[in-house]
Amino acid sequence: MRALFESTEFMLLLVFGSYLFGQWVFKKTRIGLLHPLIISIAIIIAFLKISGISYQTFEKGSEFVSFMLGPSVVALGYVLYEQLAYLKGNVVSILTSVFIGSVVGIMSVIILAKLTGADQVLIHSLEPKSVTTPIAMSIAEQSGGNVSLTAVIVLFCGIFGSIVGPPILRVLGIKSSVAKGLAMGASAHGVGTAKAMEMGVIEGALSGLAIGLMGVMTALLIPIVHRLFS
Amino acid sequence: MKMVKGIFIILLFYFLGQGVSYLIDGLVPGNIIGMILLFLSLYFKALKPDYVKDVANAFTRNMAIFFIPAGAGLLGSYGLISKFWMSILIVCSVSTVLVIAVVAVIQQQMEKKRK
Repeated sequence: MRALFESTEFMLLLVFGSYLFGQWVFKKTRIGLLHPLIISIAIIIAFLKISGISYQTFEKGSEFVSFMLGPSVVALGYVLYEQLAYLKGNVVSILTSVFIGSVVGIMSVIILAKLTGADQVLIHSLEPKSVTTPIAMSIAEQSGGNVSLTAVIVLFCGIFGSIVGPPILRVLGIKSSVAKGLAMGASAHGVGTAKAMEMGVIEGALSGLAIGLMGVMTALLIPIVHRLFS
Repeated sequence: MKMVKGIFIILLFYFLGQGVSYLIDGLVPGNIIGMILLFLSLYFKALKPDYVKDVANAFTRNMAIFFIPAGAGLLGSYGLISKFWMSILIVCSVSTVLVIAVVAVIQQQMEKKRK
């Protein structure tokens, strides 16, 4: 009986089922913090705790799902190619603003983390926090962070950014649609892009472009920063 | 057929990316190098977008599901979180605000300058 619930098929059912349920709850409530991922993760953690099935068993059963993360990051190359059209006429300004955003994102994390007494593992888990989750997880894994923690931190930053983004843009007097979209995507990746789409078509498109640019730039910058400061 | 071809191409680029990553001592993760290589191949027209379009869209549209197993791994990170939650909150919120402000202000200023 127990073996049945430790099987690959049940683990996959748990992953997909909890996510479907999360999507349903999110659609009904529209509360940012009740993101489908958070609900799904909470359900799985609760299930493992209550049933006493180990995380290792779950990890082994859901291996297939985790593996898919690799090829989907590769597939993002196609998405970035498609979004390239939105660079038109603003190439230099967009590349500059996202590049500086990436540098500020990485450096502010390192400085603030050290000031607040974080250890090395936590710093490496935090560094890619503005980048879309799959890329952030790969970066964190490479630099020795805690990948699970990174996944949740990134999600938290995304939700936070999508909530505080619009009022900050208003206070700063940002009128440009391109600037609004880039800022949302560069700081809050997918969650921010969902918000940017509500602001307008250009905002949504540029936010999507910023996700890809921010991901690539941050992935290339972090190893450089590590070399320079170690 | 198209699906199989698309999956093959994506996996091929993943593998190539892992190869390059190995050669540069793992400095940049293989899947990210694979992503950059795929992008460059499309940009320089070495690869027809049609070949990968459907598969790439299928993979990326529901990507959130793929991070669930890792997220559930948080179960083993209680120690780290309970010890550093304050640091995590401060870093995430301040840094996120900074990124929003910096990107938006620079972009808007550069647009104005050009006009």
